[in-house]
Amino acid sequence: MSWLSDFFGDPANWSGPDGIPARLLEHLEFSALALALAMLVAIPLGLLIGHTGRGGVVVVISANLARALPTLGLLVLFVLLLGTASILPVIIPLVLLAIPPILVNTFEGIRGVDPELRDAAYGMGLTGGQVLGRVLVPVALPLILLGLRLSAIQVVATTTVAAYTGLGGLGRFVIDGFATKDYASVVGGSVLIVLFALAVQLVFTLLQRTTVSPGVSRRVKVRQVASGRETT
Amino acid sequence: MITFDAVTKRYADGTVAVDNLSLEAPTGEITVFVGPSGCGKTTSLRMINRMIDATEGRILLDGDPVQDIDPPKLRRGIGYVIQQAGLFPHKKIVDNVATVPLLLGWDRGKARSRAMELLERVGLDPAMGERYPFQLSGGQQQRVGVARALAADPPVLLMDEPFSAVDPIVRTSLQDELLRLQAELNKTIVFVTHDIDEAIKLGDRVAVLRVGGRLAQLADPKTLLSEPADDFVREFLGHDRGIRRLQFVGTDGLRLRTDLTVPAGFSGGSPEPWVLAVSDDGRPVGWLRGDGGGEPEPYGTFRPGRDSMRSALDAALLSPSGCAVAVGEDGKVVGVATREVLDAALAEAADG
Repeated sequence: MSWLSDFFGDPANWSGPDGIPARLLEHLEFSALALALAMLVAIPLGLLIGHTGRGGVVVVISANLARALPTLGLLVLFVLLLGTASILPVIIPLVLLAIPPILVNTFEGIRGVDPELRDAAYGMGLTGGQVLGRVLVPVALPLILLGLRLSAIQVVATTTVAAYTGLGGLGRFVIDGFATKDYASVVGGSVLIVLFALAVQLVFTLLQRTTVSPGVSRRVKVRQVASGRETT
Repeated sequence: MITFDAVTKRYADGTVAVDNLSLEAPTGEITVFVGPSGCGKTTSLRMINRMIDATEGRILLDGDPVQDIDPPKLRRGIGYVIQQAGLFPHKKIVDNVATVPLLLGWDRGKARSRAMELLERVGLDPAMGERYPFQLSGGQQQRVGVARALAADPPVLLMDEPFSAVDPIVRTSLQDELLRLQAELNKTIVFVTHDIDEAIKLGDRVAVLRVGGRLAQLADPKTLLSEPADDFVREFLGHDRGIRRLQFVGTDGLRLRTDLTVPAGFSGGSPEPWVLAVSDDGRPVGWLRGDGGGEPEPYGTFRPGRDSMRSALDAALLSPSGCAVAVGEDGKVVGVATREVLDAALAEAADG
């Protein structure tokens, strides 16, 4: 426990370019950027493939790649290719890592919507775009958000590893700590990373609660209708 | 009026779902498509709102070929009810019902008040509008499905086995409700079912389709039951065709006897084998033996003029005397249809 108080109690750790706030911000920046770019690619693609039913093979390949892709190897490769002058060598592997869960879950979410529902929507005169936007997306939203959450957690975890390349982020406390045998820094950094991951979980839980319709999540109090006309 | 003009649906693999179908669904009437699975009844229905496009032939909606109308525009003018209701789970009931009016550009307040009005019309508490579909029973969801189809007051309603996923008691009440609504609204309805009893109950005209999508017979239910076109139709109608046909035979012409009733305190002395005990306010109590012995026996009633011969016969079969008790709107006895009178009416019905 003294390691923790050593780490968090040291005022030097709370300021400067290698202080906790700066590292936290870096971590957030890398993760958010990678996730945003991955969303930009994977969500439209997943919606398109799920809605049209064409191109499902892209999803399968993506899902398999995700399992096979060694993120650390990719990270090292891009650093060797591009150097560490920019954050690109870190962002590219993170984006590649983040795409498959979003793509697969968006696709599955849309494709998995009850065909009767799709039929009813078209039958009432909704256009293809309206069916997607007004019916399929709201109904598939829990799965789409699940994909985002899985990606976000993975990206946050992997950003830690990015510290190997000499870039910033919370991983620096762990990696630099090991290098200098500063175990207070290692433990403190680990705790920060865990807290960060928990915060991400929390954000997505809140997002789920606020954006998913109670009719879909079935998170709604059953109120009694005060009337005797509840036949059939 | 919906007109099928030599309509054929052939799929890429050569399967013919609908074969050269020509028929008319008259304005303001319920036309039922009935037949075994694979007879193309649902395909035929879905070609009307272009959920499926015909391969050959034309479908006309009041004279205009549907092929010339953009599908979303066409469909917004046609109510569509499907088997599982297909309600949007993420929307409240009121917003589900308001879907088409909102698509048509109505303002939100007007669309919602119209939705509330329709919920009431289909027999639901408007307070249910604030619920989500998963909070409703299957039968309630199906009522919402009907309300949603009626929301923009389309002249045409397509119903694809709408009541087949609910239990028999609920189904009966939904059918009655549809007939009641239709009496008020006079929509042009095309209704698909595999249940011949449902077809006969609901249809002004019934189109029986055979496997391969060919029309076997198009007739009103009474004609269908009395004059099936061929063995396929006869078999499809089932065994108790004769009994069922009686529901289209009226009872207003029955000669009722009024001399068979006695006061409730009757203690014997009638030459008749059975007499009907009637309470002071004119309601039936039960059948008593003419000699006054025994307890009152069960009786069955029918409303002359309103009920069919099938009901009258049913009422007769329920009592030991073999006679049916005719009652008025107020439940009071107006007379008795004896076995002889029923016999004569049945013989007449069999000839006609």
